[in-house]
Amino acid sequence: MWLGERVIHARALTKTYGDFTAVAGIDFDVQPGESFGILGPNGAGKSTTMRMLGATLQRSSGDLRILDHDPVSDGPLIRAHLGVVPQEDNLDTELTVAENIYTYGRYFGLKRGYLRGRVDDLLAFAQLEDKRDAKVDDLSGGMKRRLTIARGLVNEPTILLLDEPTTGLDPQARHVLWDRLFRLKETGVTLVITTHHMDEAEQLCDRLVVMDRARIVAEGSPADLIRRYSTREVVEVRFGSDRNAEVATQLEGIGERREVLADRILVYTDTGEADLEHIVGRGFMPVTSLVRRSSLEDVFLHLTGRSLADE
Amino acid sequence: MTIATRIDAPVGIHGPRRGAWHVAEYRLRNMWKWRSAIISFGIGHPVLYLASIGLGVGLLVDTSSGGVDGVPYLVFLGPALLATAALQGGGDETMFPTLAGFLWNKLFYSMRATSLTGAQIADGVLLAAGFRVLFTTLTYWLVLAIFGAVSWSTAPSLVALGLLAGLAWGAVMLAATSFVKHEDGFLSLVGRLIVMPMFLFSGTFYPLDALPLAIRWVGWISPLWHATELGRWLSYGLALPWWQLAISVIYLLALAVGGLLIGRRQFERRLTS
Amino acid sequence: MITAAAVAIADRRTGRFGSSIYSGRPYATILRNFAALRTSNAFVFFTGFVEPVIFLLAFGYGVGSLVGTIDVAGQQVPYAAYLAPALLASSAMNGAIIDSTFNVFFKMHFMKLYHAMMSTSLGALDVALGEIGWAMLRGGTYAVGFMVVAAVFGLLTSWWSLLMIPAAVLVAFAFASVGMTLTSYMKSFQQLNWVQFWILPMFLFSGTFFPITAYPEWLQAIITVTPLWQAIAMMRGLALGMFDLGLLVHVLYFAVFVVVGLTLTTRRLNALFLR
Ligand SMILES: Nc1ncnc2c1ncn2[C@@H]1O[C@H](COP(=O)(O)OP(=O)(O)OP(=O)(O)O)[C@@H](O)[C@H]1O
Ligand SMILES: [Mg+2]
Repeated sequence: MWLGERVIHARALTKTYGDFTAVAGIDFDVQPGESFGILGPNGAGKSTTMRMLGATLQRSSGDLRILDHDPVSDGPLIRAHLGVVPQEDNLDTELTVAENIYTYGRYFGLKRGYLRGRVDDLLAFAQLEDKRDAKVDDLSGGMKRRLTIARGLVNEPTILLLDEPTTGLDPQARHVLWDRLFRLKETGVTLVITTHHMDEAEQLCDRLVVMDRARIVAEGSPADLIRRYSTREVVEVRFGSDRNAEVATQLEGIGERREVLADRILVYTDTGEADLEHIVGRGFMPVTSLVRRSSLEDVFLHLTGRSLADE
Repeated sequence: MTIATRIDAPVGIHGPRRGAWHVAEYRLRNMWKWRSAIISFGIGHPVLYLASIGLGVGLLVDTSSGGVDGVPYLVFLGPALLATAALQGGGDETMFPTLAGFLWNKLFYSMRATSLTGAQIADGVLLAAGFRVLFTTLTYWLVLAIFGAVSWSTAPSLVALGLLAGLAWGAVMLAATSFVKHEDGFLSLVGRLIVMPMFLFSGTFYPLDALPLAIRWVGWISPLWHATELGRWLSYGLALPWWQLAISVIYLLALAVGGLLIGRRQFERRLTS
Repeated sequence: MITAAAVAIADRRTGRFGSSIYSGRPYATILRNFAALRTSNAFVFFTGFVEPVIFLLAFGYGVGSLVGTIDVAGQQVPYAAYLAPALLASSAMNGAIIDSTFNVFFKMHFMKLYHAMMSTSLGALDVALGEIGWAMLRGGTYAVGFMVVAAVFGLLTSWWSLLMIPAAVLVAFAFASVGMTLTSYMKSFQQLNWVQFWILPMFLFSGTFFPITAYPEWLQAIITVTPLWQAIAMMRGLALGMFDLGLLVHVLYFAVFVVVGLTLTTRRLNALFLR
């Protein structure tokens, strides 16, 4: 029986492909019942990490324990605890919607009678009751995503690994999914989530790590990270894409720090309204301007030098 | 009147000049990637069939019934194998690219977007298939000649026949495949229920009369049988009435032209709907 | 929290030998393939048995009318009866090879089916054994169908020939387990085509259509060690009721084949399913 404090324990976790290092010695722990996020730009190594956590990809070196088991020696047992939602849907295109869930349950060795009810529940969860006998190819992208998520719940997982769960979902479906994930969390399920959506990370994650170029560059709760890596407020000003860079050089001394993006300048400050007046006072009239609170987006930009909106 | 045609005529309807050649060129480049397979199958197939069925079964047939049609079994078999290879080449090179173009990589849609017309794409695919058939037929003929299954003087006539047969079947498969909405076993279906029976019931390995009348019709509608009969006539002078020769030639031509016309129309429809 | 059923099931095997790659559920793969058969592949599956039947009709009767009978160890055998066991053997080989190479490769790289299966508590060996079992089931089904046709045409002369069905399953087992190993090394469809390239000569030269005595001695010696010749010789022995030591040798040959194939496949499991 497992008694520890952490459901996932990774130390110097590394994955290399030939000369290329996809994950370069990362350390983190996930507590039971926690909702843990991994943020990072494309190619940071998020999915690679997720697949190692899912015991479907062998690590190259380092230490990894899931529920106090080693994925190398106890893969099947660990996976019995896991629900996996991969970044790309890998539904069984030769089966119908209901059969996808049912067969997946059979892979876990679950009994027929048990699965019948479970399939109905999960179809309702995914709002796919009327598509029950449709072939997977005939579903829309969002429906496939929901089916993949529902399928991952068939074994009542202790840990749910979600690799960009809401890509391809419309805003309403996203909110419905967030709500479902909250409820799962309330029942004690541990969530590990990668995402590109900062609002999603702020909504869902108790704690998160930011990955960049195969390494973890920051760790903490969303509020924590914002406090540490950003200011209270941000002023966004636009001068037209050809003028932004030039104007920025003349804003020295306003705010704590400035970032120039292709389409706008961001001024980090604790006193947004006052600094916007300063800018106008120096004779620069922005085309549009906005003062807002700092978000994870800004943390991300600061740490990785990349804006998520660019992707 | 003249103005109207001027306005209506350009790119949109007729596509760029020599558009079919662009498509064919792309297809040939693609085949080039498979060259080692195409060449080794092109040579391996005739060598294997001739050395096994041709010589081995030939030995059995020649000792027990003294050959077929008054010639050794190998000579009887040669033109049939040549025709088979031609058909197979033509079918493969239209079926696979058409499935890929509409279903797998959907390349035809982007080709259509560059102002090539559906008809040009269809023409181009068949044209490239024609080159492949020509290559396959030439190699096959060469191997047959080395084995002594055909005489050296039959080169032009048999190769031309192979080309006709390959284009006929290629056009049929081009048209048929252009209607396929889901792959769902289409390839195995064609292989098992059409190509395989055609290969075996077209008088390829034995004269059609050896079959009961009830299945002989498979041979009569099979382009392979018509091509084989023509090949035997060209190769060793199999005695055939003139009307049968005429029917066979016309039948193959009709398949080639009819298949291409249907294929063109369906390509255009599918790419614009 | 109450332990979920899936965990309880997986827990039963912990600590047992091989629990890192095996959960005792090869049947799960077979059930999946049955479901796919019902939903998508029924037609392809059932037409699979047409091919040897067509060969039997065309060669047995068409070419048979030119050939007459063949001498097998002193017995005069009609050509169709000579051919039938060989066709059964080669269709068992073909089916198993296609299932374990093309179909596995397709499910791996295009359907990403094994990615999904390996995210559950199944082990790689469950999946491998399941697919091999499926190839055997399929081979067995086709063999039964073929035997019915052969019986209708009066080509089965003794009850002993029923043993050809388990023999076909054994042949399928051997080829499927070796086929899996081959697939683990494959990177592209082009490479898979080379498998077909070697199947055809085996089909044509293994005494399927004519006795290998047509060849020079040295070539005969080579042919007799190839697997399809072994399969055909075994089937023919069973069909014509020629029970001798040779039959035992053939069975042993395939037993070794199975063991080697399974061992190699198990070694290559990660390369097969954890990519
Ligand atoms: N099988 C593989 N072989 C070689 N390199 C790989 C392999 N899988 C992933 N990589 C590389 O590892 C790096 C990390 O990939 P990974 O999929 O983990 O990124 P990610 O953070 O999930 O990115 P994204 O946000 O785009 O999903 C990438 O540079 C990728 O090219
Ligand atoms: Mg990813």
